[in-house]
Amino acid sequence: MAKDIAKDMTSRTTIRPHEYHDSVRLMQVSEQLRKLDAVDEAILMMATDNNKKLLAAAGFAGKEIADAARDDLVIGIVAGNETIADAALAKALELLRSQARRLQAGEHRSLETAMAALQGANLALISVPGEYAAEETQKALENGLHVMLFSDNVPIGEEARLKQLADTRGLLLMGPDCGTAIINGCGLGFANAVGRGAVGIVGASGTGIQEISVQLHRRGIGVSHAIGTGGRDLKSAIGGRSMLRGIDMLAADAATEVLVLTSKPPDEDVAERVLDKAAGCGKPVVVSFLGAGVEPGASAGLVAADTLSGAALEAAKLLRREQDDDAGPSRSDDELRRLAEREARLLSPTQSCLRGLYTGGTLCHEAMLVLRDYVGPVYSNVALEPDYRLPDPSQRRANTLIDMGDDRFTQGRAHPMIDPEQRNRRLENEADDPGVAVVLLDLVLGYGSHEDPAATLAESVRAAKARAADAGRHLAVIASVCGTERDPQDLARQENLLTDTGVLLAASNAEAGRLAGLVVATAAGRQTRRS
Amino acid sequence: MNEPKQALLSADLKVINIGLELFADSLAAQAVDVVRVDWKPPLELEPELERILDDLL
Repeated sequence: MAKDIAKDMTSRTTIRPHEYHDSVRLMQVSEQLRKLDAVDEAILMMATDNNKKLLAAAGFAGKEIADAARDDLVIGIVAGNETIADAALAKALELLRSQARRLQAGEHRSLETAMAALQGANLALISVPGEYAAEETQKALENGLHVMLFSDNVPIGEEARLKQLADTRGLLLMGPDCGTAIINGCGLGFANAVGRGAVGIVGASGTGIQEISVQLHRRGIGVSHAIGTGGRDLKSAIGGRSMLRGIDMLAADAATEVLVLTSKPPDEDVAERVLDKAAGCGKPVVVSFLGAGVEPGASAGLVAADTLSGAALEAAKLLRREQDDDAGPSRSDDELRRLAEREARLLSPTQSCLRGLYTGGTLCHEAMLVLRDYVGPVYSNVALEPDYRLPDPSQRRANTLIDMGDDRFTQGRAHPMIDPEQRNRRLENEADDPGVAVVLLDLVLGYGSHEDPAATLAESVRAAKARAADAGRHLAVIASVCGTERDPQDLARQENLLTDTGVLLAASNAEAGRLAGLVVATAAGRQTRRS
Repeated sequence: MNEPKQALLSADLKVINIGLELFADSLAAQAVDVVRVDWKPPLELEPELERILDDLL
């Protein structure tokens, strides 16, 4: 629905023909403009069909926008008066120009000239809009480059074709929709700065790789390489081509002593092929197919783990650095129970459910699995059970976890790990629901993520807690931070920003899920005893 | 399937970045060799112009 522009405001739309900027850059410029005095709204978007809908919803419509081509830039500004709108537009153009000038020196017009300038180039990192991604990937593979393909919205048939091409050329194609990789200690896409070491990871999930590498790092164990495959690699239509190749590469890699494989449940035929390959690779392998058990018979020599932090623990044990009962950085069950009791005592009788707002898709998936043991199935846009699926992710019901990185939220705008605004706004709204006892959150640091995510999140947590307090309620907020002290955002500062607002920090995402589940279950138990 | 190439895991990473500048900036911050391709979507040709070009070529 179109938003009405207030009568005392000025709305200004400008089209810049054939002027392309990437979505992250445009988001950053929008963010800076919105901070200006008396600028109510600022949107910079390429005029794709989907973005035109978003522009219309924000109150920017008309023939000019309808006629714009998808390589035209649209700048929409709502400001207090004409002068301020003009100034904001001038500022937008200046910010875009200064960025273009900064980049001009080091940029190349084509893959060929870029390769000529970088002798020995061995990998292409591709993050163009999905509709152009297959063409760029094919070009890179044909030029002998391994590829990490970050883009999503690539048809699965194209993925199968490109992975076959990569195979015939002996190249690795990570993706499409591959968020994370660490090669030779270098983080690609969204990746944490972790120590180098003996554990090699192959993962069909970006935040899954991030959480495992961070949990290993916190145990003092490093990562040799982390190879991403893209979320659909373990579907029958793809056949696990990237994961199979990744296992071969790590099996032959001298630095890798233990392998960890992670994915959401694979299709059955692919799981069998991957487990066969893993069992025969000559090195110990931990398998964490979140939500799918690993049959002991079919997988001799493999170790299964239910959670991402559990996978890190099993890998640590295989390296013989830790004993069976070594909890590492995690809290004991007793500690968690005591903490949950304390929180539950602060809640009022109406408060009985939890809301999770996640930036990491696999972290959301893992939390739902953990919560099932405490509160049963959870409603979600990415629910584990079909009956609990929310077709409209803006909905909420009883216990709900939302993956804010869902396509519905990211079309035309940057991922919530880069652009936290949508989640922050929703968090504040959850506080108004008298039934909500607990809000559960993730915060993902590392290369690629927002430069200071805890600062904006802490502001929203403070606002949410204040809104609940105004209505006479305590709101429990539980979070885990996926990050290390080497990440660019400064882990200690990020954690302090959250704990200063009363957020309970867990040592891992799985622990955050357990704690949230215990608080809600304890609160429900107290209510039962009262009634 | 060919033998997996080890070049990627045993050689220094040298990256061509095509797309989000953010990722090239992150690699540069890690002292990784990276060059950027100034990627832009191909120009949209009017269908009529496209037809004329097809006829000519």
